[in-house]
Amino acid sequence: MANTDLYNYILGIADNSLILGQRLGELCGHGPNLETDIALTNISLDLIGQTRSYYQYAASFSEEYKTEDDIAFLRLEREYRNVLLVEQPNTHFGFVIGRQYLFDVYHYMLMDELQNTKDDTLQAIARKCIKEVSYHKRFSGDWLKRLGDGTEESHQKMQEAINGLWRFTNELFELTESEDAMIKAGIGVDVSKMKEHYYAEVSLLLNEATLQVPERKNFTSGGKKGTHTEHFGYILSELQYMQRTFPNMTW
Amino acid sequence: MTIDLQPNIDRALIPVLETVADPEIPVLTVLDLGVIREAIEEQGIVKIKLTPTYSGCPAMDVMSQDLVAAFAKVGKEVEVELVLAPAWSTDWISEKGKQKMEVYGIAAPLEETADKEALLGNKKIVKCTNCGSRNTRLISQFGSTACKALFQCNECLEPFDYFKCLK
Repeated sequence: MANTDLYNYILGIADNSLILGQRLGELCGHGPNLETDIALTNISLDLIGQTRSYYQYAASFSEEYKTEDDIAFLRLEREYRNVLLVEQPNTHFGFVIGRQYLFDVYHYMLMDELQNTKDDTLQAIARKCIKEVSYHKRFSGDWLKRLGDGTEESHQKMQEAINGLWRFTNELFELTESEDAMIKAGIGVDVSKMKEHYYAEVSLLLNEATLQVPERKNFTSGGKKGTHTEHFGYILSELQYMQRTFPNMTW
Repeated sequence: MTIDLQPNIDRALIPVLETVADPEIPVLTVLDLGVIREAIEEQGIVKIKLTPTYSGCPAMDVMSQDLVAAFAKVGKEVEVELVLAPAWSTDWISEKGKQKMEVYGIAAPLEETADKEALLGNKKIVKCTNCGSRNTRLISQFGSTACKALFQCNECLEPFDYFKCLK
């Protein structure tokens, strides 16, 4: 059924926003200072808002889930299609910024291309999102430069984060079956074509931040197909707590 | 999900719409903010198309409820529909709205290029809402709500919000 591909395609995009939004939400009240705390939770709010638009659309024709909340809260670990990058923990501020920047560059490129989709709803969402994502990218890029080209300690920590997260970047450009199908239908974006542009842009900023660009090898993936890292179960246990404890509760 | 760029608002409904304010910037009505993209009355039911400023803006739910409540006072039923396209832009904030915002203590959005320069810290162009000086600096690109950035005046030292340009 063609709708299954569209459904999976939408979730592939939306789950990244949900899980990264959840990770950033964990920092509410725990940011390194007031301004960054507010900034990170603002970004979280944007991402969760975007997720709602996607899930509402997916729920409008899903046979399994009727509402956006069902899609967010009732799935099992293997059914989430987010990339491994966004589920990585908030180890320290360097990791938060590194994860954000590595995702933002990709996210911006994806939204830019998605504005040309044949699907009216996805087009409307992309046109809305890109404005928000450009602010996210500006924020994370600024901090990356500041930390990389900052003190000896901030430089070392920022490099540590980039080295640690780098292996998750290639997955962003791997195509799933539903992506393939949606590209053929003129709805999906061929992310594999964005890869070189992505690494060029990221490398440029890393250089500017006096950081070393890691080698492009030893990549790992799986999230897009539902095989997540060990961190994912913990995210879900918190994310789904209310629905699991009080089934069918509503606000 | 698409609608015309020019909002289609029935004049007869304006007095009621003017009573509904943004819960986070109470000096601005929903009309000043430009979030009402359509308001018409059909067979006794007021149909409103509302567009969000930012995707996750929690004020949207409150505005929807406030619209229902405001029309209930005049005995009218309301259906609110959330529309995403075309995406909201700060250009849709009325001139009157921008003036009210400044008086309230929020610097109104600049033009796109000027906004970029200001948020990148390249130029000092955002005017302090307290003393009027342009000798101000960016504290954070993200402020108390999704739509604002935080600035501080170097002259009078007053911190203030700047409504970010969104196009």
